[in-house]
Amino acid sequence: MFAHLLALTIKEFLALFKDKRSRMVIIVPPLIQLLVFGYAASFDLNAVHYAVYDRDHGHASRELLARFQGSPTFVLAGQISRQDEIAALIDDRDVLLVLQVGPDFTADLTAGRTGQLQVLIDGRNSNSAQIALNDVNQIVSRFNADWIAAHGLQGAPVNLVSRAWYNPNLESRWFFVTGLVGLLTMVVTMMVTSLSVAREREQGTFDQLLVTPLHPAEILIGKAMPGLLIGVFEASLVALLAVYWFGVPFQGELWVLYLGILFFVLAAVGVGLMISSLALTLQQALLGAFLFLVPAVVLSGFATPIDNMTPAVQLLTLVDPLRYYLIILRGVFLEGAGFDRLYHQLWPLALIAAATLGTAGWLFRNRLGSH
Amino acid sequence: MKTMQPNRRLLGLLRKESLQILRDPSSIAIAFVLPAVLLLLFGYGVSLDSKGVPVGFVVMQPGAEAASFVGAFQHSTYFAPRVYRTRQAGREALRAREVTGLVVLSADFAQRLKADREAPIQVLVNGVDANSARLLEGYVQGVWAVWLQRELTARQIAIATPVAVQARIWFNPELRSRNYLVPGLLVVNMTLVGALLTAMVFAREWERGTLEALLVTPVTVNEILIGKILPYFVLGMGGMVLSVAMAVFQFGVPLRGSLWVLAVCATLFLLAALGMGLLISIVTRNQFVAGMIAILAAFLPAFLLSGFLFDIGSMPAVVGVITHIVAARYFVTIVQTLFLAGDVWAVILPNAAALALMATFFLGLSRRLLRKRIE
Repeated sequence: MFAHLLALTIKEFLALFKDKRSRMVIIVPPLIQLLVFGYAASFDLNAVHYAVYDRDHGHASRELLARFQGSPTFVLAGQISRQDEIAALIDDRDVLLVLQVGPDFTADLTAGRTGQLQVLIDGRNSNSAQIALNDVNQIVSRFNADWIAAHGLQGAPVNLVSRAWYNPNLESRWFFVTGLVGLLTMVVTMMVTSLSVAREREQGTFDQLLVTPLHPAEILIGKAMPGLLIGVFEASLVALLAVYWFGVPFQGELWVLYLGILFFVLAAVGVGLMISSLALTLQQALLGAFLFLVPAVVLSGFATPIDNMTPAVQLLTLVDPLRYYLIILRGVFLEGAGFDRLYHQLWPLALIAAATLGTAGWLFRNRLGSH
Repeated sequence: MKTMQPNRRLLGLLRKESLQILRDPSSIAIAFVLPAVLLLLFGYGVSLDSKGVPVGFVVMQPGAEAASFVGAFQHSTYFAPRVYRTRQAGREALRAREVTGLVVLSADFAQRLKADREAPIQVLVNGVDANSARLLEGYVQGVWAVWLQRELTARQIAIATPVAVQARIWFNPELRSRNYLVPGLLVVNMTLVGALLTAMVFAREWERGTLEALLVTPVTVNEILIGKILPYFVLGMGGMVLSVAMAVFQFGVPLRGSLWVLAVCATLFLLAALGMGLLISIVTRNQFVAGMIAILAAFLPAFLLSGFLFDIGSMPAVVGVITHIVAARYFVTIVQTLFLAGDVWAVILPNAAALALMATFFLGLSRRLLRKRIE
């Protein structure tokens, strides 16, 4: 039994790795992707281009505008002197926002009235617009607090104290890099496994495999091994890169992470084998894998929080293995969550793995023999 | 007769390719089913707009002020408030991810509110999803400020607000993330057909040797190229029409630019994507390698490096440079402007020129490599 499995596993690896380019695309691109996407994937804005239309030129407006110039987030693109210049600047995407200070701004402020700062902002990318607007509000409220203190006014009596757990500086890179670890693990594992059966079938060698004394279960395990080993290897590689290159903290325990990786990779292998045994050609298998991958990523909470989804779609995410894996990754890396707090993510993952591998086994017995 | 012949050959090739597409359900699934699924998910399910965010409130000393403060959150659709009686219970809920934020009202909330300037409220957020956390902080701050203002006005205390921010959001005043995600999907969907499907289908022909068989027939390189590209072009444009129709009619995304500009730009983009798919298949001649490269070089960049989700201006300079070789980047810019702003030529022309350049480059290179193989 063991000798059979070993022989089969070696055969599968040879089939996968005999082509030098196949070896390359399994190992190198995911690493490059993590490097490039790790830097690209972030909702943080650090170069908001803005223009200023200052109709006041008093000391208060200068003081306020200086704060924007001093902020690392904002980049002054220019001063304008006419109202009708605004539209072209925003339309052409030269600036994301225009700050407009009315003519009585300084007079209002010194008299104790409220001065208006008008912010005209490009809403084409609503997320960036909202984040930039938040940044504007922050600068203004700090200005307000300082102005009130400096002029001995009656300000709001109390303020909120805000603190973020696990990620005190709210770096969204940590969130996306851990997400990419999950995404890349899934892409590689699924691609490797989905081609395993389909390729042999296309080349006609699967029938030869079926007439050997191997038990279908042994064939299934043999087919699952490359995906499993490569998936775990890939996950380890990108996780190392996340910690040592991107400086993502690793707060949790290694064995919990590997338990998660194991269950997740098994689930992905199960789905891959299911697709592979349903597909008639290699092309169908790879495209079928894709048909699963894309919605799985969208529903996983990789970029768009699950809490924001409509209830029906939230239910759908419950069958998505990537959903649990991302929570485990982020839990282990950032929150330092132990087994007790990730238990509720681990058992559904194990369940999905058992279900998909079981179905794949059933398909092996019932569908493949007949062809 | 002599002039008719190449046309007949071309027609034959076109027929062959079309049959090949129609007979394989996986091509149709990639071209129509996946785009439709993505559109439905992004249109109905997935968004970046916070809605019903579970926020915990720790109210240790219930009273009129605390109740009215928590009530202010209940009226907002952003929050789904839950109340805890002890700090311990609230922190446990935050740790267990039952709530994404926790607003802790101190035991002497009411007294402190009246007496001094010290903070009676602590906001804790789960910072793992930094973007959501920051937006949540912003929302809580906003609700707090409005509530406080009302509270103080009721007690006839005037407080100074030196500067008030008046925001005018152009093109998308309600900041619906759907309005920019759904048009952006157009780009993702066309990349699926243009690059991924094309790369795999042709790589398969190389692998099986059917393309080599084609090369020894009297058909010319141009005929092969057109015969290959045209059916997938039609398929890709079909996906585009579907996407635009669903965006406009189903999801109510405004289309403020002109349709013909959209069609021209989509054509350029699709040609660039097809050229890229063709090039990948010619270079790799192996389905698995072609599929992996198409995902890594075309599909994922269309999602992550195109400006569809993440702001290109905020990326590090090196990555910013890399985005310039991603065709999707130019088309995302065009599409977002065309849908929400209109025909802004200063945006459309340079980006369309870049697309035309890329299409010429990829198709030209593919043609050269293909010709080389024949000779």
